Amino acid sequence: MTTTTLALIPLLPLLAAAVTSLMRDGKRASIVAIAALLGSCLLSLIAFNEAWAMAANDAPKLFNVPWLELGKTKINFGFVLNPLTGAMAAMVTFVGSLIFIYSAGYMAQDKRMARFFCYLSLFASGMLGVVLANSLILFFMCWEIVGVASYLLISFWNHKPEAAAAGKKAFIVTRIGDIGFLIGILLAFKVSGTLDFYTKGGTGILEQNLTSHMAFGYQAATVISFLLFIGAVGKSGQLPLHVWLPDAMEGPTPVSALIHAATMVAAGVFLVARTYQLFDDGGTLPLVTWVGAITALVAAFIALGQYDLKRILAYSTVSQLGLMMVGIGVAGVSVGMFHLLTHAFFKALLFLGAGSIIHGCHEEQDIRKMGGLAKPMPFTTIAYLCGTAALVAFPFTSGFFSKDEILMGAWANDRGAFWIATLASLLTALYMTRQCMYVFRGTHRGEHAPHESPPIMTVPLLILSVFALGLGALVKNSLMEHLHPFKNPPTEHEMIVIVISVLVALGGIVLGFMIYRGQVLGQAADPLALKPFERKFWFDEIYEATVGQLWTLFIIISEQLNELLVFIRDLAVELASRIGNGFSIGGDRKLIDSLAFDGMCARLRCAGRTVTRPQNGFLPGYLRLIALGTVLLGALVLWTR
Amino acid sequence: MTALLTVILSFIGALLCGFMPASAHQRIRWVALATAVAGFAVSMVCYFDITDGKFQHILGEAENWIPTLGISFITGYDGISLPLLLVTGLVAICGVLFSWDLDNRANQFYAYYFALIGGVYGVFLSLDLFLLFVFYEIAVVPKYFLIAIWGGVRRQFAAMKLVLYSFGGSALVLLGIIAIFFLTKDADGAIKSFNLLELQKGEVAAEAQTWIFPLLFLGFAILAGMWPFHTWAPTGHVAAPTATSMLLAGVVMKLGAYGCLRVAVGLLPEGAQEWATCIGIFAIINIVYGAFVALKQDDFKFVIGYSSVSHMGFVLLGLATLNEIGLTGAVLQMFSHGVIGALLFAIVGTVIYTRTKTRMLDELHHLIDRMPGIAWVFVAAALASMGLPGFSGFISELYVLIGVWESLSGWILIGAGFGILMTFGYTLVKIHEAFFRERKTGDAPKVETPYPAMTIPEKVGITILLGASLLIGICPWILTDKITPSLELLLKPFAN
Repeated sequence: MTTTTLALIPLLPLLAAAVTSLMRDGKRASIVAIAALLGSCLLSLIAFNEAWAMAANDAPKLFNVPWLELGKTKINFGFVLNPLTGAMAAMVTFVGSLIFIYSAGYMAQDKRMARFFCYLSLFASGMLGVVLANSLILFFMCWEIVGVASYLLISFWNHKPEAAAAGKKAFIVTRIGDIGFLIGILLAFKVSGTLDFYTKGGTGILEQNLTSHMAFGYQAATVISFLLFIGAVGKSGQLPLHVWLPDAMEGPTPVSALIHAATMVAAGVFLVARTYQLFDDGGTLPLVTWVGAITALVAAFIALGQYDLKRILAYSTVSQLGLMMVGIGVAGVSVGMFHLLTHAFFKALLFLGAGSIIHGCHEEQDIRKMGGLAKPMPFTTIAYLCGTAALVAFPFTSGFFSKDEILMGAWANDRGAFWIATLASLLTALYMTRQCMYVFRGTHRGEHAPHESPPIMTVPLLILSVFALGLGALVKNSLMEHLHPFKNPPTEHEMIVIVISVLVALGGIVLGFMIYRGQVLGQAADPLALKPFERKFWFDEIYEATVGQLWTLFIIISEQLNELLVFIRDLAVELASRIGNGFSIGGDRKLIDSLAFDGMCARLRCAGRTVTRPQNGFLPGYLRLIALGTVLLGALVLWTR
Repeated sequence: MTALLTVILSFIGALLCGFMPASAHQRIRWVALATAVAGFAVSMVCYFDITDGKFQHILGEAENWIPTLGISFITGYDGISLPLLLVTGLVAICGVLFSWDLDNRANQFYAYYFALIGGVYGVFLSLDLFLLFVFYEIAVVPKYFLIAIWGGVRRQFAAMKLVLYSFGGSALVLLGIIAIFFLTKDADGAIKSFNLLELQKGEVAAEAQTWIFPLLFLGFAILAGMWPFHTWAPTGHVAAPTATSMLLAGVVMKLGAYGCLRVAVGLLPEGAQEWATCIGIFAIINIVYGAFVALKQDDFKFVIGYSSVSHMGFVLLGLATLNEIGLTGAVLQMFSHGVIGALLFAIVGTVIYTRTKTRMLDELHHLIDRMPGIAWVFVAAALASMGLPGFSGFISELYVLIGVWESLSGWILIGAGFGILMTFGYTLVKIHEAFFRERKTGDAPKVETPYPAMTIPEKVGITILLGASLLIGICPWILTDKITPSLELLLKPFAN
């Protein structure tokens, strides 16, 4: 692998995005996009192969390209190749390719199909950038591209007001996390003087010991990892920032499968995995564990009360992402990543299956209006059941192996988290059974007759089914060996954990059967859809009442302050004009004009008039004056003598 | 000589346009375009001529103008003024493109337009404080006429306000530079010169800097839209015709910021250090406050107006850092906001307004379906404005934030982070209100007729501005390589 070939992995989809943005024909655009992603899938598999040949503690291969200078520091745009990168890139491109192909069938009727593939390619490029990046800044930039693509794709059907609103909400909520992430990046730069994860000289962020530095009164590693985790919480839909993810289901279903199940939402978990060293140094892993555990539990409860096919899956995704966090928190990168990879396959499968069901039921998403789909949609049903089996950790499916590792780690390190995760697993089995009973059993309750989807959609489903069932057993040992670091090297498998895990999965399924077997589905009240679950524990309402109100308050304060400033400004202008008026009327017109200049003129004129009055050309008057003058002159002469 | 050509060509263009008959508006616009392109071409030549951080193309000698007062006509540019020359050229071109159909007294319009641009180029090129002040004043006058004659609602009021604020700032600036004239001393005593190159050799006593700096900085910052003296900006922007609001937001606000950097920070390092935290706090207020107020606006153009205020906060924040990275960020942000602010005003003020005949967000109805192309261009511009990676805004904000962390408190950084979040919030909310939702007041139109597509000049203008932002976002070294060496020289006094 050279820098160029590695760079091609994200660049091929980017190129496809650029090309398809200029195209109008949807079909041709889809071919371009699929071909590009298949190309990067091939390259990723080569990269994976190369990475897998490395031993667990080998230094990663680095491909740094200088980008810009910040003062004395050079900022690199670079890629890192280690087993973590290889596994993730292979998964993203492989699952991505299948979803792309599926989309070509799913979106075939849409007029804006070319635009859709443009956004999808943009997304894939950003996601692969996140996976390969060797510097926090490149990671963040690609992370943002992914966010933008997600925004565009969620609100793709923008004629639906909910879709436009959901896109906005997703963008803003994840952005709250991103600000924490950004500040974390800046702090990391300040403390370590570099933004690279790894450098040739061994001075990368992950290779330094940052515990000796301080920030905000705490150890730098603690603060940085905490800030990065805020970013991960936003992107991976962890409590309390999970509210955007279920709403994001307004997007087209392939988008939900690709972005909101398999790849983007896992980017948060991937971030924690990538920067695991910081979390370990900073002692923030228990935080990761507990946020994950609580999220897993709460989301599983909410999933029990939902009726929208995709929303159930969305809450299930939130819950599973929580489990991945638990896995990283208690047992290290390999365990969390193992569940991430298996989850990507079976959750993508479930979403694509859901898409096929929705498509077959004429865009119906309410499970109460489905039922009896097993017969008209055989392939979809089989695929969906495979996905369900993996999700509920039915023995020997891939979900079983990966969840088992998590539980094992939790048992050894954190019993509290273990019991919460177990309860979440039980609920998982319960809500999935509930959903399958609603969808596949009984008679059809909708208006239109359901039909099976075309092969372009069912073939990817069947391929994914194979992986959902078999991947876990296949890669388990190899993955555990290659992904490092281990927190606690896995001890011998404790039988009790396996027994509990199996019991929980089977018990949940049986329990679900018992509860829903006798029910008239879709009509009677659902025994498990309790009010708090159905209303999602009122998270949205609580936010509306607290953050929303605060927000409004801020706006009002700023607005009033601005009014005040505008008022002062107007006052100043008013004052200036008053003063001007004062000068012009009082000063100029009254004082200077009327009194001084005009007054002087008037007095002059007045004097003139007085002086001219005697000279009126009237002879007797003159004579009278002459006589008066003579008398006065005479008197004067007499007096002076 | 080359650099000064920008000023000369603009003034010649102004005269040419002014003396053409008003009825020949179709010919006038080509003359105008040619003038604007020529100005930009000269700036490009300047770009390639720059080799190090020193002033280039110095023209004129010391005390050649009014020797008794130490006033000289001396021009030149360095890496700090260069991005501003470039952005002035770009915005000037696009301003003409977005006023392509102007036929109301076009001759006078372009005469004032290029007089303003000539003044702006002059400020960026002046190496003499007095000359800088003269150009600064030259730039104020045409603004008044551009708004008062060709403006929209309340244009006379807005024009008056803008001019009063500008002159208010100028008065402080004048006091400040006279104080510098008298108080700058080197080993031989007072320098008594306005020449920047001479002044750099001496220094002002630290106690005097403490009071001169706020005078000068405030005087310039009023034009940069610093809170609480920002209120001229939104009203002025809104009342102005599109080309003028593009210039106001894109270039004129930068005059203030440039003055802050070149004169206040450049000549009064100790004063700057003393006031840095204070400026930083005001900058944060600018960012957050502008964003909140923007969120509440109903008039689309006011939204953009307040977003300008918010974005200028980042320039001020960069200035407050007083280190190389933060100041580079400030200069980059001047360029970046110049380009993006102008683009947003162009889209809202011309592209959308000429089609919908309203700017009130409540009256817009389903624009995404009725003008899809324009809507997506606006979304792209808004993404650029939010500072998403790939666009210039990201790079400039990154530089500023890293700079902040190097010399100011982490809490200011968190404030800025909150501001970025707010920017995100209001931009997305306003995109939603403008494009994705149904009309809120009055009845929705029965037939949702699509609006006409973009015209060629509009497309060209949008491509230029968006392209510039993308180019700098992906290859920031194009500018940073030129900016940083000059800032190093500017920051030399800070080392002691």
